[in-house]
Amino acid sequence: MYGEEPLFGLLGRIGRPVDGHRPWPRFVTDRVGWRLLIEHLGGNGWSLLGLWGEAAAVHTALREDLSGDVAVVSLPCPDRRFPSLSGVRPAAIRLERMAQDLFGLVAERAVAGQSIDDRPWLDHGKWGTRHPLAAEPVITTAPGPQEQPPYRFLPAEGPGLHQIPVGPVHAGIIEPGHFRFTANGETVVRLEERLGYVHKGVEGLMRGKTPADAARIVARLSGDSTVAHAIAFARAVEAALGIEPPPRAVWLRALMAELERVANHLGDIGAICNDAAFAFMLAEMGQLREVVLRAADACFGHRLMMDRVVPGGVTPDIAESGRGRLTDLTAELRRRFAPLVAIYDGKASLNDRTVSTGIVSTGLVQRFGAGGYVGRASGRGLDARRSPGYAPYTDLDFEVPVLTEGDVNARVWIRIREVEQSLSLIDQILRRMPGVPRGPDGIVPPPVLPRLPERGGEGMALVESFRGEIMTWVRLAGDGTIDRCHPRDPSWFQWPLLEAAIEGNIVADFPLCNKSFNGSYSGQDL
Amino acid sequence: MLKHILRSLTGGPVTEAAPVPGADTLADLGARVAARSRARLGRSLSIRQVDAGSCNGCELEIHALNNPLYDLERFGIRFVASPRHADVLLVTGPVTKNMADALCRTWDATPDPKWVVACGACAIDGGVFAGSYACVGPVEAVLPVDLRIPGCPPRPVELLSGLLALLETTAAERPR
Repeated sequence: MYGEEPLFGLLGRIGRPVDGHRPWPRFVTDRVGWRLLIEHLGGNGWSLLGLWGEAAAVHTALREDLSGDVAVVSLPCPDRRFPSLSGVRPAAIRLERMAQDLFGLVAERAVAGQSIDDRPWLDHGKWGTRHPLAAEPVITTAPGPQEQPPYRFLPAEGPGLHQIPVGPVHAGIIEPGHFRFTANGETVVRLEERLGYVHKGVEGLMRGKTPADAARIVARLSGDSTVAHAIAFARAVEAALGIEPPPRAVWLRALMAELERVANHLGDIGAICNDAAFAFMLAEMGQLREVVLRAADACFGHRLMMDRVVPGGVTPDIAESGRGRLTDLTAELRRRFAPLVAIYDGKASLNDRTVSTGIVSTGLVQRFGAGGYVGRASGRGLDARRSPGYAPYTDLDFEVPVLTEGDVNARVWIRIREVEQSLSLIDQILRRMPGVPRGPDGIVPPPVLPRLPERGGEGMALVESFRGEIMTWVRLAGDGTIDRCHPRDPSWFQWPLLEAAIEGNIVADFPLCNKSFNGSYSGQDL
Repeated sequence: MLKHILRSLTGGPVTEAAPVPGADTLADLGARVAARSRARLGRSLSIRQVDAGSCNGCELEIHALNNPLYDLERFGIRFVASPRHADVLLVTGPVTKNMADALCRTWDATPDPKWVVACGACAIDGGVFAGSYACVGPVEAVLPVDLRIPGCPPRPVELLSGLLALLETTAAERPR
């Protein structure tokens, strides 16, 4: 906005930068500065990239979208209380509830008229401990199912309303979560999600691990985005250590990331159509997805390419036959994908289900900072590969598709366009990837994975997964092990919008809406 | 689309057959699964999949079993929507404490005779999540497990091979 103070200007005024935080600065501020920040956030369009806790501090990452500047702001809070950001950035609500569950950090009212949602989010009272990552966790005895106080769902009252509880165990082969619908006849009046069922304590498990061991955990944060999360973690660690991976490894990472994107989008397009009872498309897309997974397996030795991206580089290098295999793959996909897109476009009965169903407004997408196909189908065209951008995408040609309809159909079309873009990216990467480097003797190639130095530092990375933007923040202790790591899955900013998307739609369209979002349960439950 | 269907009809099924005698191929495994499941359960085996904390990797590969290339249903094995219709619970994940109750209640809702398959490294020994404050641990810490299918995640062929092993195991002993 015109006349608005720039991000670095304000942060320079309210805080002091910390040494050794890369590639973007981190500022430490006090309560007065934090409150001033909240005041500014109320009047500008900076995106919330994340909010996470520590034993006696809270951090938030922000981006000034126009300039692309990114920064972390930290507030030390020895009394474990901090002014809440959720009054000006509603996407912070669940993140603050997470900080409360894991660290016992209490969000306080910061804006007039703001009500704080202090209900637990990840903590279902079953861990046998409260605030497990705090300096002094509170040991509790887990109550039996009968003594467990019921979760307070938000009320929806009126004549003729009834509730439909769904989950955590769903009818399909999908992850667990609870959906509480309040409906009037067929029409959904309110949906409230309750997640956290697959909380595995990822952040606690990573503490004290070497980056190599922690990478195996991050790779299993959300199985469908294993490559993207591994890249985000690896880049954050590399930033903290101030090292660069070998050039070939950078290109191989992008190759895997695009294969992952194509495989997931193909699966999603089929699954969305299947939820509109058009099983034909699931059968066809399922075959294409399988072709991609088999190619990935042949090239990298794992169908989902798990544990291939590691801090420092990749391991192992692509199989010798890989280049030819992937050239054939993109040609085959181009040949088989286009006719299926034409069928999707031409089926009136299918479009009747997807068009104007589950609309998310541009305003909401902006307020929650949602990325990926959810954001781009509703007019928010940010893509981490473009802004802030990272290698090798800065050298590659691709378009970021954007639509404004915000319905299920738009989310399908964003995926279709992204498949096409990713196929082009794969071809470009195959053409331009640097060859296997030769060692000093001219024969033995140096490893694609150099040894990591054992030193401390703080780093952060933004990486575009198929689902949207991942932000990973990491602090390494002096011996090079993980002191604190927070991987923020894109789902954090998409799940709340599903509640808005379904409002006013019929219950029968929920699977369609849900599949078009395809939020990660495991990724947000941590 | 009509052209597409016509081509599919004339082109024959895409489902992979390719029986190579002696090799542990998909079709070979499938035939053995079919023979066993018919002997035990008439014509079918119904599976209820329960994610008890998985990263979703196992689910992706279980989904793949249903695509036309693997086409699980041709063997009479199918995934059902309710535990009340199931013979087998296929459980993934390191059983998070937040899911343990739901898993037990799913087991309670499954009629006898029933079997439990622990699918994937996490379900077998907790995998990389072993020892977390938020995880109970392997599935066998919560339910009696009849079969373990290793892999992170198991490939679709390994899943199919595991289901055969289940039938061989259950044939040898009385169901619980």
